[in-house]
Amino acid sequence: MPDNILELRDVKTHFTVRSGLLRRREVGAVKAVDGVTLSLARGEVLGLVGESGCGKSTLARTILSLIPISAGTVVLNGRNLSQASSEEIAASRRDLQMVFQDPYASLNPRMSVFAALSEPLRVHGLCPPNETPERVARLLETVGLPTNAMRKYPHEFSGGQRQRIAIARALAVGPKVIVADEPVSALDVSIQAQILNLLSQLRRDMGLSLIFIAHDLSVVKHVSDRIAVMYLGRIVELGAAAEVIDTPAHPYTRALVSAIPRPDPDSERTRQRIVLAGDPPSPMNPPAGCAFHPRCAFAVPQCQAAVPALEPFRGREVACIRVSEI
Amino acid sequence: MALLEVNDLKTYFHTRSGVTRAVDGVSFSVERGETLGIVGESGSGKSVTGYSIMGLVPQPPGRIESGSAVFDGVDLLRCSPAQVRAIRGKRVSMIFQDPMTSLNPYLRVSTQLIEPLLIHEKISRMEALARALEMLEAVGIHDAAGRIHGYPHEFSGGMRQRVMIATALITRPALLIADEPTTALDVTVQAQILELIRTMQRELGMAVLFITHDLAVVAGLCTRVQVMYAGRIVESADTRTLFYAPKHPYTRALQASIPATQAKGADLRTIPGMPPDPSRPLAGCAFAPRCESAIASCSAGTVELAPIGPGHLQACARVQRGEI
Ligand SMILES: Nc1ncnc2c1ncn2[C@@H]1O[C@H](COP(=O)(O)OP(=O)(O)OP(=O)(O)O)[C@@H](O)[C@H]1O
Ligand SMILES: Nc1ncnc2c1ncn2[C@@H]1O[C@H](COP(=O)(O)OP(=O)(O)OP(=O)(O)O)[C@@H](O)[C@H]1O
Ligand SMILES: [Mg+2]
Ligand SMILES: [Mg+2]
Repeated sequence: MPDNILELRDVKTHFTVRSGLLRRREVGAVKAVDGVTLSLARGEVLGLVGESGCGKSTLARTILSLIPISAGTVVLNGRNLSQASSEEIAASRRDLQMVFQDPYASLNPRMSVFAALSEPLRVHGLCPPNETPERVARLLETVGLPTNAMRKYPHEFSGGQRQRIAIARALAVGPKVIVADEPVSALDVSIQAQILNLLSQLRRDMGLSLIFIAHDLSVVKHVSDRIAVMYLGRIVELGAAAEVIDTPAHPYTRALVSAIPRPDPDSERTRQRIVLAGDPPSPMNPPAGCAFHPRCAFAVPQCQAAVPALEPFRGREVACIRVSEI
Repeated sequence: MALLEVNDLKTYFHTRSGVTRAVDGVSFSVERGETLGIVGESGSGKSVTGYSIMGLVPQPPGRIESGSAVFDGVDLLRCSPAQVRAIRGKRVSMIFQDPMTSLNPYLRVSTQLIEPLLIHEKISRMEALARALEMLEAVGIHDAAGRIHGYPHEFSGGMRQRVMIATALITRPALLIADEPTTALDVTVQAQILELIRTMQRELGMAVLFITHDLAVVAGLCTRVQVMYAGRIVESADTRTLFYAPKHPYTRALQASIPATQAKGADLRTIPGMPPDPSRPLAGCAFAPRCESAIASCSAGTVELAPIGPGHLQACARVQRGEI
């Protein structure tokens, strides 16, 4: 059995972009994910953070083979998914599940909650029909919904309630890995805490591994063992969760951490943020060298020379040529 | 007079499984230029409060059972269709929690952005497009000119959310109802959007009804906050009071669950039990079954919001009696 349940090697996902109103010309490629290498150990929670549009959801959808990979490999439990047939990919769903950022789009509006939760059980032959209602009821309880929710349809629920249905659906097959894209952003803090406790319990009891995408850095810090920080399709910092948030090394991570809002009105009104100069770069036309250099307070001319590699720095990995001097 | 005055709003859903009292007697007002935060339990009726004001409650199964929502002298729940058209989407606009259901997947982003302008303002397509481009840039979409004619699925989750924000702000409304506008955004973009909202408030005197579960955002943005539980307001106060001297046991429990204030590794504190099923009527205080301080009398009688300090209202009977 390989040590790592999931391995990503130099994963790239590019989209062609068209422009113009009528005959839309191809004008270039969005390099949404551009060379990501990551591993996920059994029972590990890896937090994935980064600016909106930096490629987190695209990476998640690439891992699940929901969009075609442009280059590189995704290896789940020793099997290479990037070359798998559609049958093999369907079978991999037994081990690998995803919770989508947008629960409105991921739940079929014409399927009752019972149908949505029992479908994966049936497809993978995991539960005899006479026991299904009981299993579905327990799944709903697990995510803090009343069992009578199973007769209802998605539109009858609030945003946070729908997100919990989506989480229950991912949990139904008892997967080994869940890629959770903003799974708790739509939830109030108390239910958010219940779901996060549930995920850590599943990880303790069943060795569940998790890629946890979120923008709430205090949540990410709380649940993750390691955190990967993405900027424009690449990982720029990777290390132990508390270290990355408490002593960020990469200039982008520093700016990100300084923007974390605090639940305290007085400190919110007085504190200093590192305001990022300039606009986020276009993924269609990324700056030469380090993609962060146009907005970086520490940039020097060499930063434009080459894309910096992720290199070891004080027990973590950082992609910045100046990291030891700043 | 306040810009918006909501009085005893009740919005119920009549479904096969019973009557859901989504909003059950809510009263509040929003002054010109102020930011009122609404926080609370998932399913407590925050979004439905916003939909009711915007006239977007699906009817049936929804029904506005009672109440009024007076905006600048006009009751939005009872005015003529012509009055409604003149106000909604122009002087009052809303950012929705779910960008994908409110953006039409088959229409280009440019078409959706200029639509409110073409409806409400007598301007040409070209002028409208220029305004749309300006607004897209203001919400931080880089290369706006290159992307404005794209379709929603070509944008990331956070970019769609910003397109939504742009459609709501483009008509320069007097009141913006923002339902979880920044939950899909990373903290740097979030800070940028909140700054944009503050700027529009300064420049246009725009008032904001800010619905969120993110207490940290509330701390930095809102002048006042009200807390909802099971379709009712349980506490309302200015932001500092609500954070530093909360009274209602639900507000206190909510605050204690914030992950930022808890040690890593340990389980997070939660509120035990589940929120009440809104289709079963409850006597007394809806929070009583989960409340650490509840006693037998909490589950009987009626609960009323009552003042406990200047501009501070709360609904716990034990707090009102000075017992806790
Ligand atoms: N179309 C509908 N049909 C039936 N019930 C509905 C409908 N829309 C909302 N509800 C119910 O109304 C209640 C309030 O929902 P609302 O969306 O206002 O919650 P919320 O406070 O915004 O929660 P969240 O923080 O999860 O978004 C919920 O119990 C929900 O199930
Ligand atoms: N189908 C598509 N066609 C063209 N471009 C796309 C497509 N899907 C995503 N993109 C682009 O790829 C980039 C990365 O998008 P992605 O959704 O992965 O970002 P993200 O990190 O998840 O952002 P967010 O935090 O806002 O959800 C964005 O520039 C987006 O516009
Ligand atoms: Mg995303
Ligand atoms: Mg809502």
